[in-house]
Amino acid sequence: MSILAYNGGAVVAMRGQDCVAIATDKRFGIQAQTVSTNFPKVYRMGPTLFVGLPGLATDTQTVHQRLKFRMNLYELKENRVMRPKTFSAMLSNMLYEKRFGPYFIEPVIAGLDPYDNQPYVCNMDLIGCPNEPEDFVVSGTCSEQLYGMCEALWEPNLKPDELFETISQALVNAADRDAISGWGAVVYIIEKDKITEKHVKTRMD
Amino acid sequence: MALLDLCRLDEKINLKPVDTLASFQNDVLGYSQNFINSAQLAVPPFANPVETLAKFNSKDETGRDIKIEFDHGTTTLGFRYKGGVLLAVDSRATGGQFIGSQSMKKIVEINDYLLGTLAGGAADCVYWDRVLAKQCRLYELRNRERISVAAASKLMANMVYNYKGMGLSMGMMLAGFDKRGAQLYYVDSEGTRTPGKVFSVGSGSVYAFGVLDSGYKWDLTDLEAQELGRRAIYHATHRDAYSGGIIRVYHISDKGWVNISNEDCSDLHYKYQAEKGITEE
Repeated sequence: MSILAYNGGAVVAMRGQDCVAIATDKRFGIQAQTVSTNFPKVYRMGPTLFVGLPGLATDTQTVHQRLKFRMNLYELKENRVMRPKTFSAMLSNMLYEKRFGPYFIEPVIAGLDPYDNQPYVCNMDLIGCPNEPEDFVVSGTCSEQLYGMCEALWEPNLKPDELFETISQALVNAADRDAISGWGAVVYIIEKDKITEKHVKTRMD
Repeated sequence: MALLDLCRLDEKINLKPVDTLASFQNDVLGYSQNFINSAQLAVPPFANPVETLAKFNSKDETGRDIKIEFDHGTTTLGFRYKGGVLLAVDSRATGGQFIGSQSMKKIVEINDYLLGTLAGGAADCVYWDRVLAKQCRLYELRNRERISVAAASKLMANMVYNYKGMGLSMGMMLAGFDKRGAQLYYVDSEGTRTPGKVFSVGSGSVYAFGVLDSGYKWDLTDLEAQELGRRAIYHATHRDAYSGGIIRVYHISDKGWVNISNEDCSDLHYKYQAEKGITEE
């Protein structure tokens, strides 16, 4: 059993027209045992910037705290908010620092650039190799299922409400084919000056 | 051939196919043993299959675990009470963490008065339950009466005992109604066979037992028994990642078995939440 699949969980992010969405399940388990059903793995890091950290739960929390620390330092020094792309580079560096004893998380980043409002999604492996595609990124224990759902459902230039429907269906149906993901879901739709947080009802088994 | 003759090798070693091995008759027999006797499985040509197979079933030559893991996650339960026997099971089949099916039938209807539950290797359970169904039918035809649950469970236990240590994986309950009344047996691939009042088998059994033990009493009404079984499985599916799907409830009385309900876990979850007055989550 991989340590990345010890706690279970899934995150997906998608680009739309002038918007991005990121979604996570809410399960926290120890192998087969579901311990909590209120453990979202997505954090808000800036006005229009979110990061999802599925993987080993202890590292999810540690990495989130270290990211926040580094980001605060940046924003105090520079006196401006961080771009998603900069954030990715920072996280990538942070992960590669632990090249020979990594954090067991595979991050997903989603956000709108605060300066030109460009949608941005990115994911990485556990030692920080970034991947910035034009459509969607997935991560977590049901990434294969998520890829299948996203390839089938995603199309270019989705409006915010269409994007919500697409990403919700992708996550919920992928998690239903994975024993250790699911038990509720949260979806964030990120627009220029509006963040929508929606809790999605799912199967609870 | 010339070289063979020259060396006179054929005098030293018999290079001709042994007649008994190569004969057509023997081929037919050898390759259809399983048709003649369904309890006969092909065993690899090792000196001591029990020892060698056990080794091959756990680790490969590089020392890694071999990935034969199908449908190990399950929750099944059965209990005897005043009104007969009640069985309840989930319906999820997993291969590792992947959910292969959400609609498996884990209760096998052996005949009108006998049910078997499956947990462990899906193929093992389905195959041996079918062999058992055949044996029970033959018994019925030969003896002009239905087989007792005790006898049926012993047939099962003896059949799988022949393959002990060779990697069969099954934990099943046999429930039925015979001359002696409502009966419930637990049989597994280790050779265990034991009668009892309350059983739960599978990865979710710990959660099911929690509910079952706190609500069980002999004088349960039929409706209470059904709800207890259903709830126990529901709570197991909620906590155990490898159980889920549909909850099937069966009841056995002197009139034979009846399928009481097949309910989706998801519907049950939101029904139970509503009863508690919770609308969110």
